[in-house]
Amino acid sequence: MKNEGETAQRPDNTAFTQQRLPAWQPILSAGIVIPGFLVIGLAFIGIGVGLFLTSQTIQVLEMDYTGVATDSSCFRCSMTSSQNCTCEITFSLDKLFTGPVFFYYGLSNYYQNFRKYGVSLDYYQLSGDTQYFTSPQSVCSPYSYDNQNRPIVPCGAIANSMFNDTFELYQIINGTKNLVPLDGKGIAWWTDYNIKYRNPSFVNGSLANAFAGTVKPINWPKPAYDLDSTDPNNNGFLNQDFLVWMRRAALPQFRKLYRRITEGNYAAGLPAGNYSMTVHYNYPVLTFDGRKKVVFSNVSWMGGRNDFLGIAYLVVGSLCVVMSIIMLIVYAKFKFSDDDA
Amino acid sequence: MTWTSPLTLFQRGWTRHRDQDRPIRKVVSNLPFEDLRKREQPNRQYEGNAIKTNKYRLWSFLPMNLFEQFHRLANIYFVGLAILNFIPVVNAFQPEVALIPICIILALTAVKDGWEDFRRYQTDQQLNNMPCFIFRRRLMCFVERRWKDVRVGDFVKVLSNEIIPADILLLHTSDPNGVCHMETANLDGETNLKQRKVVPGFSTLGEPFQPQTFDSTVVCENPNNNLNLFKGFIERPDKRRSGFGIDSLLLRGCTVRNTDDAAGIVVYAGHETKSMLNNNGPRYKRSKIERKMNTDVLFCVLLLFFMCLIGALGHAIWLETFSTMPSYIVPDSNGNYISSALAGFYMFFTMIILLQVMIPVSLYVSIELVKMGQIFFITQDAELYDQELDSRVQCRALNITEDLGQIQYVFSDKTGTLTENKMVFKRCTIMGTEYCHEENAARLAVINGGGNEEEEVTIYQKTKLPPLFPLEELQDDHTGHKNHANTQVAAASRRRSKVAAGAQSDMAFSSPLETVVVPDRKLMLEVDHQMASIQTGPYLDFFLALAICNTVVVSTLTAQRQRVKGRRNSSYSGSSSHNMGQWFKISSLQKFFSSMRFKRNRETMADPFAIDEDEPDTFHISSVSDSRPGQKVISSEGKDKRSLSRSEEVCYEAHSPDEAALIHAAKAYGFTMVERTPRYVTVKLPNETLLKFEVLDVLTFDSTRRRMSIIVRHPHTNEIIMYTKGADSAVMEKLGNVFSVESAAKRIAVRTQKDLDMYARDGLRTLCFAKKVISEQEFKAWFTSRQEALSAIDEKEERLMETANDIENNLTLLGATGIEDRLQENVPETIQALRRAGMQVWVLTGDKPETAVNIAYSCKLLDHEDLVFTFTTNKKSVCKMRLEDTLSEVRRTWGGLGLDPQFRGYNSTFTGPLMEPSIGLVIDGPTLNMALSEDLVEQFVELCKHCRAVLCCRVTPLQKSSVVKVIRQKLRVMTLAVGDGANDVNMIQAADVGIGVSGQEGMQAVMASDFAITRFKHLQRLLLVHGHWCYSRLANMVIYFFYKNVAYVNLLFWYQFFCGFSGTAMIDYWLMIFFNLFFTSAPPIMFGIMDKEVSDSTLLSLPELYRRGQHSEGYRRSTFWIAILDAFYQSLVCFFIPYWTYNDSDIGIFSFGTPMNTVSLFTIILHLAIEIKSWTVVHWVIMVGSVLVYFILTLAYSAICISCNPPSDPYWIMHKQMADPMFYLVCVLTTVVALLPRYTLRVLKGTLAPSLHLRARQLERLPSSCREQQIREWRGFRDTCISASLSSTACPSA
Repeated sequence: MKNEGETAQRPDNTAFTQQRLPAWQPILSAGIVIPGFLVIGLAFIGIGVGLFLTSQTIQVLEMDYTGVATDSSCFRCSMTSSQNCTCEITFSLDKLFTGPVFFYYGLSNYYQNFRKYGVSLDYYQLSGDTQYFTSPQSVCSPYSYDNQNRPIVPCGAIANSMFNDTFELYQIINGTKNLVPLDGKGIAWWTDYNIKYRNPSFVNGSLANAFAGTVKPINWPKPAYDLDSTDPNNNGFLNQDFLVWMRRAALPQFRKLYRRITEGNYAAGLPAGNYSMTVHYNYPVLTFDGRKKVVFSNVSWMGGRNDFLGIAYLVVGSLCVVMSIIMLIVYAKFKFSDDDA
Repeated sequence: MTWTSPLTLFQRGWTRHRDQDRPIRKVVSNLPFEDLRKREQPNRQYEGNAIKTNKYRLWSFLPMNLFEQFHRLANIYFVGLAILNFIPVVNAFQPEVALIPICIILALTAVKDGWEDFRRYQTDQQLNNMPCFIFRRRLMCFVERRWKDVRVGDFVKVLSNEIIPADILLLHTSDPNGVCHMETANLDGETNLKQRKVVPGFSTLGEPFQPQTFDSTVVCENPNNNLNLFKGFIERPDKRRSGFGIDSLLLRGCTVRNTDDAAGIVVYAGHETKSMLNNNGPRYKRSKIERKMNTDVLFCVLLLFFMCLIGALGHAIWLETFSTMPSYIVPDSNGNYISSALAGFYMFFTMIILLQVMIPVSLYVSIELVKMGQIFFITQDAELYDQELDSRVQCRALNITEDLGQIQYVFSDKTGTLTENKMVFKRCTIMGTEYCHEENAARLAVINGGGNEEEEVTIYQKTKLPPLFPLEELQDDHTGHKNHANTQVAAASRRRSKVAAGAQSDMAFSSPLETVVVPDRKLMLEVDHQMASIQTGPYLDFFLALAICNTVVVSTLTAQRQRVKGRRNSSYSGSSSHNMGQWFKISSLQKFFSSMRFKRNRETMADPFAIDEDEPDTFHISSVSDSRPGQKVISSEGKDKRSLSRSEEVCYEAHSPDEAALIHAAKAYGFTMVERTPRYVTVKLPNETLLKFEVLDVLTFDSTRRRMSIIVRHPHTNEIIMYTKGADSAVMEKLGNVFSVESAAKRIAVRTQKDLDMYARDGLRTLCFAKKVISEQEFKAWFTSRQEALSAIDEKEERLMETANDIENNLTLLGATGIEDRLQENVPETIQALRRAGMQVWVLTGDKPETAVNIAYSCKLLDHEDLVFTFTTNKKSVCKMRLEDTLSEVRRTWGGLGLDPQFRGYNSTFTGPLMEPSIGLVIDGPTLNMALSEDLVEQFVELCKHCRAVLCCRVTPLQKSSVVKVIRQKLRVMTLAVGDGANDVNMIQAADVGIGVSGQEGMQAVMASDFAITRFKHLQRLLLVHGHWCYSRLANMVIYFFYKNVAYVNLLFWYQFFCGFSGTAMIDYWLMIFFNLFFTSAPPIMFGIMDKEVSDSTLLSLPELYRRGQHSEGYRRSTFWIAILDAFYQSLVCFFIPYWTYNDSDIGIFSFGTPMNTVSLFTIILHLAIEIKSWTVVHWVIMVGSVLVYFILTLAYSAICISCNPPSDPYWIMHKQMADPMFYLVCVLTTVVALLPRYTLRVLKGTLAPSLHLRARQLERLPSSCREQQIREWRGFRDTCISASLSSTACPSA
């Protein structure tokens, strides 16, 4: 007790308080980093080669169908403002397009990431809360009520501007058009379909009744509960195309998954041959100088085709190797001058 | 910490205003008005004694605290952003969410403020409800009331060991002499007792105090904060006045000691008391880095402005490109599109919200945390711990730790800072004869001699072994046996003042070192001779003067006891009773020992001391053997022993160590002052007779007169004698008969002066003693004028001084003393290290030039090869001429070398020792005054710039501070002032960093300082190690913080180019908040607290490393811009590699943002990893922990949050990304590319142009023997390339 009192103020003599913790003190110098650079460089070159080769194996077929050029088949549709215009695009594959083939539509100069556009939706509606059917949140404005002051469901700009071109793909075998079956299931995120978005509970056994008293978004041809007449489970907010659209694209040039080709004779891919695609051309993009395209692509572990990453890895890897050589020179020089002195 | 609400401020302002109309305060007794209502009370306009230092009340806490907080610019910025977010046209995030940061900050601050305020409230309540005794007329006695009931005009009684509730004018004490002792430790930290006297004429001796009869009016000055000044008078109904001063005022907060009770009338109460007026909050200093940083924050604001402008213009132009609005551009609620210009204008504000992190507001919070950590480590340093005083280094200013690393000029006090301020009586000269006290010198030599600690232990053990002291046994039997175990400690402590082992210099200045004076044989004989024959004579007078001409208070051991006990329950405590006990043992033992020896000496006068002057060792033996006959004496003469122990009970409490040394010297010759009351001084003569002098007046010491006098009446001869003590010049000029042609007096004066000069050359402090016999008439006449002066209220000081000068003339010189003030340990080494670190060391002292120069040489401030210019003149023209001459000479020298003096030291690090003549400058006070005058100051400063050392002698405290200020302002350098006494307070406050040495002269210096150390040598470690570390750490941290914010926020900015400048964030807002709050906040703070580039031992052995801080190399404007550029580069990489990877794919906005956020985290963390110089466990844990926390928190957040934060919908995004191999590939590539340039540059720089620090780091890797050799080489040559010798084979690997 007394001894303690004598040195009550004495600081604890621990490595921590005395700042004597054992420490690793790396010193950066050319000699030390040469192997590091070399290893990183070689590893990157390896990864780059792998990425590049993988990317090369991915087949991509892109077709612009905006119809800007006068000789384009969709030129007519792009000029008229009439709905239900159809045009046909033909293409041929000279070898098998291995499956599963993903069928995308692509838009460019389309800013789904515009801030006010992005907030223009009512999450409560989309999770099936019917209270918000009658009085949508103000963020949806001006797409919350139609001009007769009826509430719009789903409200907001994103829903209203939903992409509504549709496509049919035919393989032309001996002059006859064979419809290629397109799989529209599971193109949206599993979590969107199962957790985030919810349809309102059925009223009197039908989804349509749940939407009673509301109107469809202005640009939509059909109300939400009637989006897919072929599959009753693909209606309302759980319509896969709707879900895909609602997940906004990050950049103004984007593609969104339209369908997958996984069924029937085409499960292994699109065989070589001639194809024709019927486009139900509804979506106007020329007013803002946008472009529309369809993309067929197969995917690997690295997703879609992307040469950039592979090349980038190769470049950076080579750079590191070069750097290690420079370091070696520097180190040698330094060493040399050292011995000199 | 005192804070007053505006209302009370107003009230106080009002009362003060009214007071100002009457510059004096009149207080009458409240008693006649006791039953009247408040508005009829005579003293109603004065404040009551209740204090309120808390700012808030319960109901007003929220609004007032918010009001307070919104005074901070950062908070206004936050609130502005939050408000902007509530404006629909400009908001960037959900308005509610945008409130989160400001709410967190406000709430945290409010909780902190509230807690602090509550604590203040509690303390106030505690104080206000303390009991005290107030006189009530109705009951005719003192009744117990509370502090808050005390009002001005009340009569209050304070008992012993109680705290004084208000400023009370002392009217009565229980002490028969009308004195009262007071301890002011709570006020200024000084623990020596101060004596207070009853107002003259009110000491009703022996009678009970009768306040009801008090019918006078007290007139005094208005409340002020001067603790040492108070004046006023009491006017009786018959217009008789009696004056009083500070020595009649009991101060609030002090404790009454050694006095049973004291009573008086309250003159100031509550907030108007001197202690409350002195109670200012801690000083806020802004460090150099922070000043610089603030301008860089402005650059950030500018950058933000430009980025927002780009956003606004971009948005407007982008909108213009559309002829018709596409479907993704949302019109307003009426379906109309606003014009592009207006949209751009709105966008400007949206961008501010979006990019708000650009202004690093969190930086300020982080800096505070970092400084707290740094202070923790400084105070934890065991090397800066003083075992004897049991005290660590104290950091009193919380926000200038890094300034310690940038000091360029050090201003040091001499006494007590460079020296021990343990005055040791060395030699004296009496009537022109010099007595050199060889034996005493020999004793000191033993003590001084290093490395004989163990020998000392043996001595003390041996001397302690026999139970010498029955008294000791009685008092300390519980600690007595402990002593054996603790002899080691005791011996070590004995070297330093054991006295001070308590809180602060408890029983001031009576360590054995000073108390034990071995008398000079020759002088002893003289004294004995005079004692025996005539009972009078110059020798006796000399020692009487030594014994009584001072302000030393005698306190008995029992009183000390009492104090120790009282101390234990006082809040100030902190001292250890054990220490005290042990001290008693040792000090009384010492005294006993010495007096025993003295006794023996007297007995065997003819037989000289058995001390061999040449060999200290034999001294030991002799001293040990000494104790045996001494013991015999005791056992044989029991009676004598008792009387001896009685007389030995005295303890001296001196205000200055000089006085302590002198009074102990007198004691050694048998002149022991045994009692001092305001009216009597009792001295025991060598022949055991007691002489009781009546004290007629004391002319206290002041710095203008530089002497003090005491006028006493000799009890035998009834003569009125004045003894004067003072600085040699101050006494010499007042001598009588010196100018007569060939008088004895003149001869004595001349010889004394010769001795004095010799003392000064030896570095001794000199004091002259003189005597004057005053005739009755002369004294009467003088006394009347003196009384008038005393009761004067205007120009009291001047009039007092005048009267003092009137009487202090025609003195007869008695002699002079030389007192040694030894250098503290390691002072020369410390000064040299500071020098090598590029600091210029100045010494400012009140001592005379000779003494100061001597000390300067001995502490290596000046070298014998130096060119020393001495400036002492009284004429300004001479001063000017000298300045010009010297300056031109110096310039010629420097011109020849062709170097800018500012950087010469810096260059010399590498270019080798320049053949530079070191210039020293010695200047005295009056000359300094001239040199600092408007027209000469430029030249003076110019000259000082060239000087290696500057020594200012005979300077006043005010001059000290003005020197510091001039240098600081003219040269724009970082200054540090270190001092220990009240005279250094000005200087300490004037400098950028003020260091207080808690030494022998109370605590004022420490109270005023930013850092308090116990020894001068600690300065070396404090500056070179902690200062350097703190500076590097903080500078790096601040730079990193700027970088971090810019790098992160730029991601959002680049994204604007791809979202139509619409203010979209691709990262979830919560994650952005988390990013700054959790993921990247801990590493830089840890970095700022713990990083260690170079170890302390290397820093100490290579002080040159310190120069980086002096030249602000750690944090320059260029460093800032490089960091910003790097941030831009890294953010570009972090944005565009993911961009090119994901362009034209089906990625969603927040899926796109996730890898960016991750990459950004990796880059930012690894960037720090490059900067971290030493990795300890803590570093690893925090760095790895931050990354782990990122993944865990983000995964958890995106798993829980189905739709917490529309529109970002973080649900499952992170999981999806982490399931994608591309995510990792992107992360790896981006991180590497982002960090490659910095890493490569670091590597190349480390190889091609290693900095001084890097070389030092390389040195550390070498085995210790080799390292020392390298360091020696470095120090020795410095010109040859270190790197060359580093890897040379010359050094064998041990």
